[in-house]
Amino acid sequence: MRYAMAIDTKKCVGCGDCVVACQTENNVPHGYCRDWIVERVDGTYPSLSLELRSERCNHCDNSPCVRCCPTGASHIEEGGIVTVTHHKCIGCGACIQSCPYDARYSHPDGYVDKCTFCLHRVQKGQNTACVDVCPTKCLYFGDLDDPNSDVSLAIKDRAWKVLAPEAGTKPQLFFLT
Amino acid sequence: MKTRRDFIKISTAGAGAAAISFKAFGSKGFGLFESKIEGPASDEDLTPYPTYCEVCFWKCAAWAYVDKSGTIRKVIGNKNDPHCNGRLCPRGTGGVGMVYDEDRLKTPLIRDTRKDGSQYFREATWDEALNKVADKMKEVKEKYGPEAFGLFNHGTPGGQFHHLLKAYGSESNAEPAFANCRGPRSSAYFSTFGAYVGSPENTDIRDTKCLVLIGSHIGENMHNSQVQEMSDAIDKGATIITVDPRFSTAAAHSNHWLSIKPATDIALLMAWIHVLVFEELYNKDYVEQYTFGLDYLKDHVKDMTPEWAYGITTIEPEEIRKTARAMAGAAPSVIIHPGRHVVWYGDDTQRGRATAILNALLGAWGKRGGFYFPEGVSVPAFPHPHFPEPKWTWKDWNEGRYPLATMGITTEALKASVPRYNYKHQLKAWLVAGTNLPLSMPDKRLFKEAADAVEFIAVMDTMPMDITGYADVVLPEATYLERYDALRASPNREPNIALRMPAIEPKYDSKPGWWIAKQIGERLGLHDYFNYDDYSEVIDWQLKQLGTSLEEMKKVGVKKYPRKSGPLYLGDDEDFEFNTTTGKIELYSVDFADHGFDAIPKYTKHPEPQPNYYRLIYGRAPMHTFSRTSNNPNLFDLMSENSVWVNPKVADLWELENGQEVWLKNQDGAITSFPVKVRVTERIRWDSVYMVHGFGHSNKKLSRAFGKGASDTEMVTNVMVDPIMGGTGMRGNFITFLTEDPVMEGKEVKA
Amino acid sequence: MKEELFVSGRNIPNIDPYLNIWHWQIPLYLFLGGLAAGILFFAGFYVVRGKADKMRTTVKIAPIIAPLALVIGLGALFWDLKHKLFFWQLYTTIRLDSPMSWGAWTLMAITPLSFIWVASYMKELIPGWDWKLEIVNKMEAWVIKQRVAFAWVMMILSIILGVYTGILLSAFNARPLWNTSILGPLFLVSGFSTGLASIIWMSKDEKERKKLGRIDLIFIIIEIFLIIHLFMGFRAGSETAIEAANLFLGGQFTVSFWVFVMVIGLIFPALFETLEIWGMHIPKWLPPVMILFGGFMFRFIMVEAGQITRYLY
Repeated sequence: MRYAMAIDTKKCVGCGDCVVACQTENNVPHGYCRDWIVERVDGTYPSLSLELRSERCNHCDNSPCVRCCPTGASHIEEGGIVTVTHHKCIGCGACIQSCPYDARYSHPDGYVDKCTFCLHRVQKGQNTACVDVCPTKCLYFGDLDDPNSDVSLAIKDRAWKVLAPEAGTKPQLFFLT
Repeated sequence: MKTRRDFIKISTAGAGAAAISFKAFGSKGFGLFESKIEGPASDEDLTPYPTYCEVCFWKCAAWAYVDKSGTIRKVIGNKNDPHCNGRLCPRGTGGVGMVYDEDRLKTPLIRDTRKDGSQYFREATWDEALNKVADKMKEVKEKYGPEAFGLFNHGTPGGQFHHLLKAYGSESNAEPAFANCRGPRSSAYFSTFGAYVGSPENTDIRDTKCLVLIGSHIGENMHNSQVQEMSDAIDKGATIITVDPRFSTAAAHSNHWLSIKPATDIALLMAWIHVLVFEELYNKDYVEQYTFGLDYLKDHVKDMTPEWAYGITTIEPEEIRKTARAMAGAAPSVIIHPGRHVVWYGDDTQRGRATAILNALLGAWGKRGGFYFPEGVSVPAFPHPHFPEPKWTWKDWNEGRYPLATMGITTEALKASVPRYNYKHQLKAWLVAGTNLPLSMPDKRLFKEAADAVEFIAVMDTMPMDITGYADVVLPEATYLERYDALRASPNREPNIALRMPAIEPKYDSKPGWWIAKQIGERLGLHDYFNYDDYSEVIDWQLKQLGTSLEEMKKVGVKKYPRKSGPLYLGDDEDFEFNTTTGKIELYSVDFADHGFDAIPKYTKHPEPQPNYYRLIYGRAPMHTFSRTSNNPNLFDLMSENSVWVNPKVADLWELENGQEVWLKNQDGAITSFPVKVRVTERIRWDSVYMVHGFGHSNKKLSRAFGKGASDTEMVTNVMVDPIMGGTGMRGNFITFLTEDPVMEGKEVKA
Repeated sequence: MKEELFVSGRNIPNIDPYLNIWHWQIPLYLFLGGLAAGILFFAGFYVVRGKADKMRTTVKIAPIIAPLALVIGLGALFWDLKHKLFFWQLYTTIRLDSPMSWGAWTLMAITPLSFIWVASYMKELIPGWDWKLEIVNKMEAWVIKQRVAFAWVMMILSIILGVYTGILLSAFNARPLWNTSILGPLFLVSGFSTGLASIIWMSKDEKERKKLGRIDLIFIIIEIFLIIHLFMGFRAGSETAIEAANLFLGGQFTVSFWVFVMVIGLIFPALFETLEIWGMHIPKWLPPVMILFGGFMFRFIMVEAGQITRYLY
């Protein structure tokens, strides 16, 4: 089993619903976020292109954050989901420094926090909160090992890219271009 | 100069400072002591209550999930609701922030004067505040007649006050949603098809093969089901054509982006009509059977070639032809979107007409993938005596100057409040419910003059919006998640109703709008119009008439009914009588001709920016609703201020850098109260700048939003009024940059 | 024009500025760790060489600094932890992939060792010193007997500690400036150099100072060589590595790095030490102070600059 997400940059309107849905679902304090939107503009008026990306932890196959954690608080759950056990985290910041995507932040309560792919929902067979709320349905979640999962179908016939592949982390967020 | 009504920021320095310091030290200092780790709550531990959203006007039905401690944890869309299909937009999802915004209005406030003559708000009891409003209403009724009491309203709570004023004897109401927003489109489509486009619009985007957006930035305007359907249309490979001087999100997702020169849209539309007519691409059977005036139209547009339009719009003739052919190829599953905020240059009804004519030529009205026939549930009114007949209404303020207006015009209501305009009927007092006039009305000077002229203003709101600073009495309303409201019954593909019930008790000393209206009504001796103790009785009665009950609706939230008016679309060759003078779709508007207006739209040249000035284009961000959400803690996180978009060429010229703060000054010398950050971007033309509307709040009590960004409305002093229906065109304003802090006289915000 | 910006999230006050989560504490910790490693290494080294009495300051006096430096360094590290009461979780597991875990365990070993080392010389340094507890006196006797073995263990641990101060950073491949294996030897050499500088500063023995000065000069030259190598590696690397190097070659850290680290911290002291060897009179405190200052600035700048180098945005 390998959970992953695909993001259709051709449909995303950058509304930020995924960000606020994550905030209310996961009780992320105000002023913090586990996911975010990036807008990329290329060209000169009027020959322009725009890419909107809903980004979050890439739940990398080769996750540097898990490797460099001195206590084992950062670990990999079933399906490749990278999470942090709060009461094991000492807040040293090593994982924050090791993430090429800057997907982790220091929670005001001290521990390091990040996207969990809504583990608590996924374990019940639900989608993540961001996928469920997205008005453009531009987010796809599921098991890459299952050829009929939403994410497998989404990337099947489309060109896609991952972010910072040169960092060698084997990210599991696929941006449809 | 001291005015009768000083603007009061509902604020004390102490409270603001306390809030800030609490924030600074609120996080556990050194992190030595562990607080309870509150993870996500399991849905099984939460209780859902049905509601429909009030953060914007789309009114998506949803469930508010409340935990065991009585806190609303999240708001999730109702899967059975056609407005949202289970997916709220960011504002709906962040609606919970509206409840827990600590800056909310907490108690009734009454304007008072200190010994030194300065004015302030003092906290009052509900009894005192309600008595004050009721006494004033009695006084106005005696002195001037009830008609002189005006109402500005927006959204659901406005309905309760509308009811109150009608019972009291006044129909002097106006909402910005008409003349400041979608009014021209209503008049245009009514005059063409004998029907309104409505809200949600009856655009069948889901099944369209070609969607044309003119200055309509779907995706940035987060009209939920439309955004969803546009996304579906992209999936299905529909052609999307976007006309916008700005590279909007929709433009980025389009197959064709026509980067039009601002203020020339009608020329493009007429050229499209020209191509359809003279290349005979129009839907001949449909036009023959259902429309009136093709010959007039043909004659009218014969010289309006793509080459003619090229000189005006700067869009290549070939591009115009290509896009017109794409529309014709997709017909009748094509939509020239009527738009929503369409008050631009004062000829907006005519521009709306041009889009309507295009839709008619393509045979899109009443066809799958074009415009469907919506149907709503008719909710019976709770029994009450007949309303008294007012001697005059909003129609009579200006003796019918804008004959095709179908609702009260807000700017006219302001003018009717200022004696120097000498209107035949004048307003002497206002109720304002759910609309922040200083940021929603163009021409701030007119607003201030009017606010100063009237004898009394009562404002009902949930937040200390700028408008509350002008009030004599402030009535703190409970948020939509804390109250019952009228049933939602907007027309849609399937008729349906949605229930809003309180998920939690109102916080602080706020009260539901229905309660406030009823309490004032009781004090005016209008008990018979408010013959219930709780609004749930009204809803239950209505639901029982509709074959259901409050009990059932609490479980489902949304209920759908079978259509009674017939199918969604016109059948092939089906006879159909349109509700127009001729009974046909009027390519040539008989009604307009009768009133002395152009029966077919024509292009008029509009003023262009002077050297060193740039046309101000404003629009929306998907995470905010006008100015009302800027302080919402959840949505503030998503976007805390606006910026002014400047083309890199212009930035070079002015030596502006990304993130640099500038003040804007318009052609009339108006200057923004606050600086705004520059965003240097290719997404805007070099002759224009762009801003998101709704920022630059000047009420300090909005602890987050105060002074963040600049208000585009302050730059809109030139209003180009639509002679047909009184729409307030706001795109004829030009700005220049001030890189130094301008010291302004009477700059009330720096105090 | 290329434009990339955050539309929502991330650009909020508690996220993006704070992703640079390491401030003065970590560089101080790295600096003091390297310094202690240098002192302890040479203390052990001269014991093994049997020159404990000739190199009195190196072996017996200067090591007093080591436990202090380690404790202050650990204090700084602890200060930096955001979830402090959970620090003991470090010692519930050994994680071979994590430099932080390596460091925690190394410090766990070397810190008590440094205390024991210092304690075992108390009687020599302070006449009439008595532990007053029979068992302690017995242990002391045992330690003194096993001195050479202790010296070997301490030398090995101090090399691990010195390398660790660099590897801690170089293990983070998300920060291109840090992600080079030269950082290990570089920080080791730099740490040893600062250690030597402290001993030189403390030593009153002309001969000892001369000897150490010569060694220090070699270390400084190696350090300069490694730094040049570092930049050569970056310049030949990927775009992110080139951007990282450019922070020091024309970018925002150029002045601070070249003035504080290269000139004041390395070139001037090397020059002064050379002049001293040639017999010129240089204030004895000057080169060591410059080296110590340069050593701290080097770590501070590397930590600050490293945190702003990244792959995205």
